[in-house]
Amino acid sequence: MSDIAPPVAALIEEFAKLPGVGLKTAQRLTFFILRSPTDQARRLAEAIMRVKESIVYCSRCFNITETDPCPICSNANRERDVICVVEEPLDVLALEKTGVYKGLYHVLHGALSPMNGIGRKDLRIDELLTRLQDDAIHEIILATNPGFEGDYTASFIKNEIKGSVRNANLRVTSLARGLPIGGDLEYADEGTLSRALEGRRDL
Amino acid sequence: MRQQRSYPTEAIILKHLNLGEADRVITLFTPRRGKYNVIAKGTRRPVSRKAGHLELLSYSQIQLALGRNFDIVTQAVEREHFAHLRTELWHMTCGIYLAELIDRFIEDTTAHPDVYNLLLESLRFLDLNAAELKRQRREGTVSVGQDHNRTQLLLRYFEIYLLSAVGYEPVLRTCAHCDAEIQPVENGFTPSLGGALCPNCSHLWTRPISMNALKVLRLLQRTAWAHVPYFNLDAHLHSELEAVMYSLLRFHLERDLKAWSFLEMLH
Repeated sequence: MSDIAPPVAALIEEFAKLPGVGLKTAQRLTFFILRSPTDQARRLAEAIMRVKESIVYCSRCFNITETDPCPICSNANRERDVICVVEEPLDVLALEKTGVYKGLYHVLHGALSPMNGIGRKDLRIDELLTRLQDDAIHEIILATNPGFEGDYTASFIKNEIKGSVRNANLRVTSLARGLPIGGDLEYADEGTLSRALEGRRDL
Repeated sequence: MRQQRSYPTEAIILKHLNLGEADRVITLFTPRRGKYNVIAKGTRRPVSRKAGHLELLSYSQIQLALGRNFDIVTQAVEREHFAHLRTELWHMTCGIYLAELIDRFIEDTTAHPDVYNLLLESLRFLDLNAAELKRQRREGTVSVGQDHNRTQLLLRYFEIYLLSAVGYEPVLRTCAHCDAEIQPVENGFTPSLGGALCPNCSHLWTRPISMNALKVLRLLQRTAWAHVPYFNLDAHLHSELEAVMYSLLRFHLERDLKAWSFLEMLH
Protein backbone atom coordinates (compact mmCIF):
# COMPACT_ATOMS: atom_id res chain seq x y z
CA MET A 1 0.00 0.00 0.00
CA SER A 2 2.98 2.28 -0.59
CA ASP A 3 1.08 4.29 -3.24
CA ILE A 4 -1.70 5.29 -0.86
CA ALA A 5 -1.41 8.30 1.44
CA PRO A 6 -0.08 7.14 4.85
CA PRO A 7 -3.21 8.19 6.87
CA VAL A 8 -5.42 6.17 4.51
CA ALA A 9 -3.10 3.17 4.68
CA ALA A 10 -3.06 3.42 8.49
CA LEU A 11 -6.88 3.42 8.66
CA ILE A 12 -7.09 0.42 6.30
CA GLU A 13 -4.60 -1.40 8.50
CA GLU A 14 -6.65 -0.66 11.65
CA PHE A 15 -9.95 -1.74 10.07
CA ALA A 16 -8.34 -4.97 8.86
CA LYS A 17 -7.60 -5.88 12.49
CA LEU A 18 -11.35 -6.08 13.27
CA PRO A 19 -12.87 -9.58 13.44
CA GLY A 20 -14.32 -10.75 10.13
CA VAL A 21 -12.88 -7.79 8.21
CA GLY A 22 -10.47 -8.62 5.42
CA LEU A 23 -8.24 -6.25 3.48
CA LYS A 24 -10.82 -5.53 0.75
CA THR A 25 -13.57 -4.75 3.27
CA ALA A 26 -11.11 -2.57 5.21
CA GLN A 27 -10.39 -0.61 2.01
CA ARG A 28 -14.13 -0.17 1.32
CA LEU A 29 -14.78 1.03 4.89
CA THR A 30 -11.85 3.46 4.70
CA PHE A 31 -13.05 4.98 1.44
CA PHE A 32 -16.59 5.21 2.83
CA ILE A 33 -15.21 7.24 5.77
CA LEU A 34 -13.14 9.33 3.36
CA ARG A 35 -16.20 10.24 1.31
CA SER A 36 -18.57 10.77 4.24
CA PRO A 37 -19.10 14.20 5.92
CA THR A 38 -16.52 15.19 8.53
CA ASP A 39 -19.21 15.27 11.25
CA GLN A 40 -20.11 11.65 10.68
CA ALA A 41 -16.47 10.55 10.86
CA ARG A 42 -16.00 12.56 14.05
CA ARG A 43 -19.08 10.98 15.66
CA LEU A 44 -17.70 7.51 14.85
CA ALA A 45 -14.29 8.38 16.32
CA GLU A 46 -15.89 9.84 19.45
CA ALA A 47 -18.19 6.83 19.89
CA ILE A 48 -15.18 4.50 19.73
CA MET A 49 -13.28 6.55 22.30
CA ARG A 50 -16.33 6.87 24.59
CA VAL A 51 -16.73 3.08 24.61
CA LYS A 52 -13.10 2.61 25.57
CA GLU A 53 -12.98 5.38 28.18
CA SER A 54 -16.34 5.23 29.93
CA ILE A 55 -17.38 1.55 29.85
CA VAL A 56 -16.41 -0.61 32.84
CA TYR A 57 -17.48 -4.00 34.14
CA CYS A 58 -20.06 -3.96 36.94
CA SER A 59 -18.28 -5.23 40.06
CA ARG A 60 -21.32 -7.38 40.99
CA CYS A 61 -22.67 -8.92 37.80
CA PHE A 62 -19.76 -8.19 35.38
CA ASN A 63 -22.09 -6.77 32.76
CA ILE A 64 -20.73 -3.81 30.78
CA THR A 65 -21.88 -0.50 32.22
CA GLU A 66 -21.12 3.22 32.50
CA THR A 67 -21.73 3.22 36.25
CA ASP A 68 -20.61 0.72 38.87
CA PRO A 69 -22.82 -1.01 40.05
CA CYS A 70 -24.76 -1.21 36.80
CA PRO A 71 -28.36 0.12 36.50
CA ILE A 72 -29.79 -3.42 36.87
CA CYS A 73 -27.82 -4.24 40.04
CA SER A 74 -28.65 -0.87 41.61
CA ASN A 75 -32.35 -0.94 40.68
CA ALA A 76 -34.30 -1.45 43.94
CA ASN A 77 -37.35 -2.76 42.03
CA ARG A 78 -35.55 -5.85 40.67
CA GLU A 79 -36.05 -9.19 42.41
CA ARG A 80 -32.84 -9.62 44.38
CA ASP A 81 -33.22 -13.31 45.22
CA VAL A 82 -32.85 -14.59 41.63
CA ILE A 83 -29.68 -14.56 39.51
CA CYS A 84 -29.69 -15.42 35.83
CA VAL A 85 -26.29 -16.62 34.60
CA VAL A 86 -25.48 -15.79 30.96
CA GLU A 87 -22.42 -16.15 28.77
CA GLU A 88 -22.16 -12.67 27.23
CA PRO A 89 -23.43 -9.10 27.86
CA LEU A 90 -25.48 -9.38 24.65
CA ASP A 91 -27.46 -12.21 26.28
CA VAL A 92 -28.53 -9.76 29.02
CA LEU A 93 -29.79 -7.45 26.29
CA ALA A 94 -31.78 -10.29 24.68
CA LEU A 95 -33.37 -11.33 27.99
CA GLU A 96 -34.15 -7.73 28.96
CA LYS A 97 -35.95 -7.26 25.64
CA THR A 98 -38.45 -9.94 26.66
CA GLY A 99 -39.50 -7.84 29.67
CA VAL A 100 -40.40 -11.08 31.52
CA TYR A 101 -37.37 -11.48 33.76
CA LYS A 102 -37.14 -9.09 36.71
CA GLY A 103 -34.20 -10.55 38.65
CA LEU A 104 -30.43 -9.93 38.62
CA TYR A 105 -27.77 -11.23 36.22
CA HIS A 106 -24.28 -12.66 36.26
CA VAL A 107 -22.20 -12.48 33.07
CA LEU A 108 -19.55 -15.20 32.72
CA HIS A 109 -17.87 -13.67 29.64
CA GLY A 110 -17.71 -16.93 27.71
CA ALA A 111 -18.29 -20.64 28.17
CA LEU A 112 -15.98 -23.42 29.33
CA SER A 113 -14.37 -25.15 26.39
CA PRO A 114 -12.07 -28.14 26.99
CA MET A 115 -11.26 -28.20 23.27
CA ASN A 116 -10.13 -24.56 23.21
CA GLY A 117 -8.56 -24.58 26.68
CA ILE A 118 -11.01 -22.03 28.15
CA GLY A 119 -11.11 -22.96 31.83
CA ARG A 120 -12.76 -21.66 35.00
CA LYS A 121 -10.05 -19.03 35.56
CA ASP A 122 -10.93 -17.44 32.21
CA LEU A 123 -14.55 -16.93 33.27
CA ARG A 124 -16.32 -15.21 36.20
CA ILE A 125 -17.28 -18.50 37.86
CA ASP A 126 -15.49 -17.95 41.20
CA GLU A 127 -17.15 -14.52 41.53
CA LEU A 128 -20.54 -16.18 40.94
CA LEU A 129 -19.89 -18.78 43.65
CA THR A 130 -18.99 -15.98 46.07
CA ARG A 131 -22.27 -14.19 45.25
CA LEU A 132 -24.22 -17.39 45.89
CA GLN A 133 -22.95 -17.70 49.48
CA ASP A 134 -25.50 -14.97 50.26
CA ASP A 135 -28.52 -16.67 51.86
CA ALA A 136 -30.85 -14.10 50.29
CA ILE A 137 -30.39 -15.76 46.87
CA HIS A 138 -33.09 -18.38 46.35
CA GLU A 139 -32.72 -19.28 42.70
CA ILE A 140 -30.01 -19.35 40.08
CA ILE A 141 -31.08 -19.73 36.44
CA LEU A 142 -28.35 -21.18 34.24
CA ALA A 143 -29.08 -19.52 30.89
CA THR A 144 -25.99 -20.62 28.98
CA ASN A 145 -26.28 -21.19 25.22
CA PRO A 146 -28.04 -24.44 24.25
CA GLY A 147 -25.07 -26.32 22.82
CA PHE A 148 -22.29 -28.59 23.98
CA GLU A 149 -20.15 -25.86 25.55
CA GLY A 150 -23.14 -24.11 27.14
CA ASP A 151 -24.37 -27.41 28.62
CA TYR A 152 -20.84 -28.20 29.79
CA THR A 153 -20.59 -24.84 31.56
CA ALA A 154 -24.01 -25.28 33.18
CA SER A 155 -23.12 -28.80 34.40
CA PHE A 156 -19.81 -27.53 35.77
CA ILE A 157 -21.45 -24.66 37.67
CA LYS A 158 -24.12 -27.01 39.04
CA ASN A 159 -21.39 -29.36 40.35
CA GLU A 160 -19.43 -26.48 41.88
CA ILE A 161 -22.56 -25.17 43.61
CA LYS A 162 -23.22 -28.63 45.02
CA GLY A 163 -19.63 -28.87 46.28
CA SER A 164 -18.96 -25.42 47.68
CA VAL A 165 -22.09 -23.32 48.22
CA ARG A 166 -23.57 -23.58 51.71
CA ASN A 167 -26.83 -21.83 50.82
CA ALA A 168 -29.44 -24.50 51.69
CA ASN A 169 -32.36 -22.61 50.10
CA LEU A 170 -30.73 -22.31 46.69
CA ARG A 171 -32.64 -23.72 43.72
CA VAL A 172 -30.65 -24.34 40.53
CA THR A 173 -32.70 -24.17 37.33
CA SER A 174 -31.98 -23.88 33.63
CA LEU A 175 -33.89 -22.37 30.72
CA ALA A 176 -36.38 -24.72 29.07
CA ARG A 177 -35.17 -26.39 25.88
CA GLY A 178 -37.44 -27.05 22.96
CA LEU A 179 -38.62 -26.04 19.53
CA PRO A 180 -38.04 -22.50 18.30
CA ILE A 181 -40.95 -20.41 17.00
CA GLY A 182 -40.93 -20.72 13.20
CA GLY A 183 -39.10 -24.05 13.31
CA ASP A 184 -40.26 -27.33 11.76
CA LEU A 185 -40.90 -30.40 13.87
CA GLU A 186 -39.62 -32.71 11.13
CA TYR A 187 -36.22 -31.00 11.13
CA ALA A 188 -35.79 -31.03 14.92
CA ASP A 189 -32.93 -33.11 16.27
CA GLU A 190 -33.34 -35.94 18.76
CA GLY A 191 -31.99 -33.94 21.71
CA THR A 192 -34.27 -30.93 21.17
CA LEU A 193 -37.34 -33.08 20.56
CA SER A 194 -36.81 -35.25 23.64
CA ARG A 195 -36.31 -32.18 25.81
CA ALA A 196 -39.36 -30.52 24.28
CA LEU A 197 -41.39 -33.64 25.12
CA GLU A 198 -40.02 -33.76 28.68
CA GLY A 199 -40.95 -30.10 29.16
CA ARG A 200 -44.48 -30.34 27.70
CA ARG A 201 -47.19 -28.44 29.50
CA ASP A 202 -50.99 -28.38 29.81
CA LEU A 203 -52.85 -26.13 27.41
CA MET B 1 -18.77 -37.90 -16.92
CA ARG B 2 -19.58 -34.74 -14.96
CA GLN B 3 -18.42 -34.75 -11.35
CA GLN B 4 -21.22 -34.82 -8.78
CA ARG B 5 -21.64 -31.42 -7.10
CA SER B 6 -22.73 -32.91 -3.78
CA TYR B 7 -22.07 -36.09 -1.86
CA PRO B 8 -23.26 -37.82 1.32
CA THR B 9 -21.11 -38.96 4.23
CA GLU B 10 -21.51 -40.09 7.78
CA ALA B 11 -19.37 -38.18 10.26
CA ILE B 12 -18.59 -37.49 13.89
CA ILE B 13 -18.30 -33.78 14.74
CA LEU B 14 -14.92 -33.16 16.36
CA LYS B 15 -14.73 -29.40 16.65
CA HIS B 16 -16.39 -26.16 15.60
CA LEU B 17 -15.35 -22.59 15.21
CA ASN B 18 -17.68 -19.61 14.79
CA LEU B 19 -17.43 -17.86 11.45
CA GLY B 20 -18.97 -14.49 10.58
CA GLU B 21 -22.48 -13.64 11.77
CA ALA B 22 -24.14 -17.05 12.02
CA ASP B 23 -21.90 -19.65 10.31
CA ARG B 24 -19.53 -22.27 11.66
CA VAL B 25 -16.44 -24.08 10.41
CA ILE B 26 -16.96 -27.67 11.50
CA THR B 27 -14.27 -30.33 11.73
CA LEU B 28 -15.71 -33.67 10.58
CA PHE B 29 -14.19 -37.10 11.12
CA THR B 30 -15.43 -39.44 8.41
CA PRO B 31 -14.66 -43.09 7.64
CA ARG B 32 -13.59 -42.53 4.02
CA ARG B 33 -11.91 -39.12 3.97
CA GLY B 34 -10.69 -38.86 7.56
CA LYS B 35 -10.66 -35.47 9.22
CA TYR B 36 -11.47 -32.25 7.33
CA ASN B 37 -13.15 -28.88 7.72
CA VAL B 38 -16.47 -27.90 6.17
CA ILE B 39 -18.71 -24.84 6.46
CA ALA B 40 -22.19 -24.99 7.97
CA LYS B 41 -24.04 -21.81 7.09
CA GLY B 42 -26.54 -20.23 9.45
CA THR B 43 -26.12 -22.89 12.16
CA ARG B 44 -25.90 -20.35 14.98
CA ARG B 45 -29.43 -19.09 14.28
CA PRO B 46 -32.11 -20.51 16.62
CA VAL B 47 -34.29 -21.63 13.70
CA SER B 48 -31.44 -23.42 11.89
CA ARG B 49 -32.57 -26.85 10.67
CA LYS B 50 -29.04 -28.20 10.80
CA ALA B 51 -27.67 -26.84 14.10
CA GLY B 52 -29.00 -29.57 16.39
CA HIS B 53 -27.64 -32.25 14.07
CA LEU B 54 -24.14 -30.77 13.99
CA GLU B 55 -23.42 -30.49 17.70
CA LEU B 56 -20.01 -31.51 19.05
CA LEU B 57 -19.62 -35.31 19.28
CA SER B 58 -22.79 -35.96 17.28
CA TYR B 59 -22.78 -38.92 14.91
CA SER B 60 -24.63 -37.61 11.85
CA GLN B 61 -25.47 -38.29 8.23
CA ILE B 62 -24.43 -35.22 6.26
CA GLN B 63 -24.91 -34.05 2.68
CA LEU B 64 -22.13 -31.77 1.44
CA ALA B 65 -21.86 -29.56 -1.63
CA LEU B 66 -18.42 -29.16 -3.16
CA GLY B 67 -17.02 -25.71 -2.42
CA ARG B 68 -13.98 -23.85 -3.69
CA ASN B 69 -12.07 -24.00 -0.39
CA PHE B 70 -14.41 -25.75 2.02
CA ASP B 71 -17.30 -28.08 1.22
CA ILE B 72 -20.64 -26.77 2.46
CA VAL B 73 -23.16 -28.65 4.60
CA THR B 74 -26.52 -28.69 2.83
CA GLN B 75 -28.35 -31.27 4.97
CA ALA B 76 -27.67 -33.02 8.26
CA VAL B 77 -29.55 -35.69 10.19
CA GLU B 78 -28.29 -36.92 13.53
CA ARG B 79 -27.93 -40.70 13.71
CA GLU B 80 -26.99 -40.96 17.38
CA HIS B 81 -27.25 -38.17 19.92
CA PHE B 82 -25.47 -39.71 22.97
CA ALA B 83 -27.94 -37.97 25.27
CA HIS B 84 -26.61 -39.47 28.53
CA LEU B 85 -23.03 -38.55 27.72
CA ARG B 86 -24.17 -34.93 27.34
CA THR B 87 -25.53 -34.70 30.87
CA GLU B 88 -22.46 -36.00 32.75
CA LEU B 89 -19.56 -33.60 33.08
CA TRP B 90 -16.90 -36.32 33.30
CA HIS B 91 -18.21 -38.19 30.27
CA MET B 92 -18.51 -34.98 28.23
CA THR B 93 -14.87 -34.20 29.05
CA CYS B 94 -13.79 -37.73 28.08
CA GLY B 95 -15.61 -37.38 24.74
CA ILE B 96 -13.97 -34.02 24.03
CA TYR B 97 -10.58 -35.44 25.01
CA LEU B 98 -10.95 -38.26 22.45
CA ALA B 99 -11.97 -35.70 19.81
CA GLU B 100 -8.92 -33.56 20.67
CA LEU B 101 -6.61 -36.58 20.43
CA ILE B 102 -7.89 -37.29 16.92
CA ASP B 103 -7.71 -33.65 15.93
CA ARG B 104 -4.06 -33.50 17.01
CA PHE B 105 -2.80 -36.88 15.79
CA ILE B 106 -4.67 -37.55 12.55
CA GLU B 107 -3.53 -35.77 9.40
CA ASP B 108 -6.21 -33.94 7.38
CA THR B 109 -7.98 -35.97 4.67
CA THR B 110 -6.27 -39.23 5.63
CA ALA B 111 -8.69 -42.12 6.06
CA HIS B 112 -8.44 -44.08 9.34
CA PRO B 113 -11.62 -46.23 9.30
CA ASP B 114 -10.40 -48.30 12.26
CA VAL B 115 -9.84 -45.19 14.41
CA TYR B 116 -13.21 -43.84 13.24
CA ASN B 117 -14.94 -47.04 14.36
CA LEU B 118 -13.11 -46.98 17.68
CA LEU B 119 -14.20 -43.37 18.29
CA LEU B 120 -17.81 -44.29 17.52
CA GLU B 121 -17.64 -47.34 19.81
CA SER B 122 -16.00 -45.24 22.53
CA LEU B 123 -18.75 -42.60 22.38
CA ARG B 124 -21.38 -45.34 22.58
CA PHE B 125 -19.59 -46.81 25.58
CA LEU B 126 -19.34 -43.41 27.31
CA ASP B 127 -23.07 -42.88 26.70
CA LEU B 128 -23.97 -46.28 28.17
CA ASN B 129 -21.60 -45.77 31.08
CA ALA B 130 -23.13 -42.35 31.83
CA ALA B 131 -26.63 -43.88 31.76
CA GLU B 132 -25.50 -46.67 34.11
CA LEU B 133 -23.87 -44.17 36.48
CA LYS B 134 -27.07 -42.14 36.60
CA ARG B 135 -29.08 -45.28 37.37
CA GLN B 136 -26.66 -46.27 40.15
CA ARG B 137 -26.82 -42.75 41.57
CA ARG B 138 -30.63 -42.90 41.60
CA GLU B 139 -30.51 -46.23 43.42
CA GLY B 140 -27.67 -45.12 45.70
CA THR B 141 -25.45 -48.05 44.67
CA VAL B 142 -22.52 -46.15 43.13
CA SER B 143 -19.25 -46.98 44.90
CA VAL B 144 -17.03 -43.98 45.65
CA GLY B 145 -13.81 -43.96 43.63
CA GLN B 146 -14.94 -46.61 41.16
CA ASP B 147 -17.37 -44.45 39.16
CA HIS B 148 -14.67 -43.40 36.66
CA ASN B 149 -12.68 -46.64 36.69
CA ARG B 150 -13.84 -48.09 33.36
CA THR B 151 -13.88 -44.75 31.52
CA GLN B 152 -10.29 -43.99 32.59
CA LEU B 153 -9.26 -47.37 31.23
CA LEU B 154 -11.07 -46.54 27.97
CA LEU B 155 -9.02 -43.34 27.63
CA ARG B 156 -5.77 -45.31 28.04
CA TYR B 157 -7.01 -47.91 25.52
CA PHE B 158 -7.86 -45.19 23.03
CA GLU B 159 -4.48 -43.49 23.48
CA ILE B 160 -2.54 -46.72 22.84
CA TYR B 161 -4.72 -47.66 19.86
CA LEU B 162 -4.41 -44.21 18.30
CA LEU B 163 -0.64 -44.09 18.78
CA SER B 164 -0.34 -47.50 17.12
CA ALA B 165 -2.59 -46.43 14.24
CA VAL B 166 -0.42 -43.41 13.44
CA GLY B 167 2.85 -45.33 13.77
CA TYR B 168 3.92 -44.55 17.36
CA GLU B 169 3.07 -47.90 18.98
CA PRO B 170 4.77 -47.98 22.41
CA VAL B 171 7.32 -50.78 23.02
CA LEU B 172 6.18 -52.62 26.15
CA ARG B 173 7.49 -56.20 25.95
CA THR B 174 11.17 -55.70 25.23
CA CYS B 175 13.56 -52.94 26.24
CA ALA B 176 13.18 -50.01 23.81
CA HIS B 177 16.98 -49.50 23.95
CA CYS B 178 18.76 -52.92 24.18
CA ASP B 179 15.87 -55.15 23.04
CA ALA B 180 16.21 -57.45 26.10
CA GLU B 181 12.96 -59.02 27.31
CA ILE B 182 11.32 -56.99 30.08
CA GLN B 183 11.48 -58.90 33.39
CA PRO B 184 8.89 -58.69 36.20
CA VAL B 185 10.85 -56.14 38.26
CA GLU B 186 10.66 -52.36 38.39
CA ASN B 187 11.50 -51.10 34.92
CA GLY B 188 11.78 -47.65 33.38
CA PHE B 189 9.91 -45.66 30.76
CA THR B 190 11.35 -43.11 28.36
CA PRO B 191 8.98 -41.41 25.89
CA SER B 192 11.80 -40.29 23.57
CA LEU B 193 12.89 -43.93 23.14
CA GLY B 194 9.31 -45.06 22.58
CA GLY B 195 8.55 -47.26 25.58
CA ALA B 196 9.78 -49.39 28.48
CA LEU B 197 13.46 -49.80 29.43
CA CYS B 198 15.09 -52.64 31.40
CA PRO B 199 17.10 -52.10 34.64
CA ASN B 200 20.39 -52.45 32.68
CA CYS B 201 19.47 -49.30 30.72
CA SER B 202 18.45 -47.39 33.85
CA HIS B 203 20.80 -44.52 32.94
CA LEU B 204 18.30 -43.73 30.14
CA TRP B 205 15.11 -43.90 32.27
CA THR B 206 12.91 -40.79 32.35
CA ARG B 207 10.66 -42.35 35.01
CA PRO B 208 10.16 -45.75 36.63
CA ILE B 209 7.18 -47.90 35.66
CA SER B 210 5.69 -50.64 37.85
CA MET B 211 5.12 -54.14 36.53
CA ASN B 212 1.38 -53.77 37.16
CA ALA B 213 1.22 -50.66 34.98
CA LEU B 214 3.15 -52.43 32.23
CA LYS B 215 0.82 -55.44 32.43
CA VAL B 216 -2.26 -53.23 32.06
CA LEU B 217 -0.78 -51.34 29.11
CA ARG B 218 0.22 -54.62 27.38
CA LEU B 219 -3.26 -55.99 27.90
CA LEU B 220 -4.81 -52.86 26.41
CA GLN B 221 -2.38 -53.03 23.50
CA ARG B 222 -3.23 -56.59 22.53
CA THR B 223 -6.94 -56.91 23.40
CA ALA B 224 -10.04 -55.61 21.64
CA TRP B 225 -11.92 -53.17 23.93
CA ALA B 226 -14.96 -55.44 24.14
CA HIS B 227 -12.73 -58.17 25.64
CA VAL B 228 -10.84 -56.03 28.14
CA PRO B 229 -11.86 -57.53 31.50
CA TYR B 230 -13.73 -55.50 34.12
CA PHE B 231 -11.09 -55.02 36.79
CA ASN B 232 -10.95 -52.32 39.42
CA LEU B 233 -7.59 -50.57 39.44
CA ASP B 234 -6.61 -48.49 42.46
CA ALA B 235 -6.24 -44.73 42.11
CA HIS B 236 -2.43 -44.94 42.35
CA LEU B 237 -2.21 -47.31 39.37
CA HIS B 238 -4.61 -45.14 37.37
CA SER B 239 -2.42 -42.09 38.08
CA GLU B 240 0.70 -43.99 37.01
CA LEU B 241 -0.90 -45.16 33.75
CA GLU B 242 -2.13 -41.65 33.06
CA ALA B 243 1.29 -40.09 33.75
CA VAL B 244 3.07 -42.62 31.50
CA MET B 245 0.65 -42.13 28.61
CA TYR B 246 0.60 -38.33 28.95
CA SER B 247 4.41 -38.25 28.82
CA LEU B 248 4.34 -40.29 25.62
CA LEU B 249 1.62 -38.15 24.01
CA ARG B 250 3.40 -34.95 25.07
CA PHE B 251 6.64 -36.19 23.50
CA HIS B 252 4.99 -36.93 20.15
CA LEU B 253 2.87 -33.76 20.06
CA GLU B 254 5.49 -31.48 21.64
CA ARG B 255 2.66 -29.81 23.55
CA ASP B 256 0.06 -30.44 26.24
CA LEU B 257 -3.49 -31.33 25.27
CA LYS B 258 -6.05 -28.73 26.33
CA ALA B 259 -8.52 -31.24 27.76
CA TRP B 260 -5.93 -32.64 30.24
CA SER B 261 -6.43 -29.84 32.76
CA PHE B 262 -10.21 -30.49 32.66
CA LEU B 263 -9.77 -34.24 33.20
CA GLU B 264 -7.40 -33.60 36.12
CA MET B 265 -9.81 -31.06 37.62
CA LEU B 266 -12.66 -33.62 37.58
CA HIS B 267 -10.69 -36.56 39.05
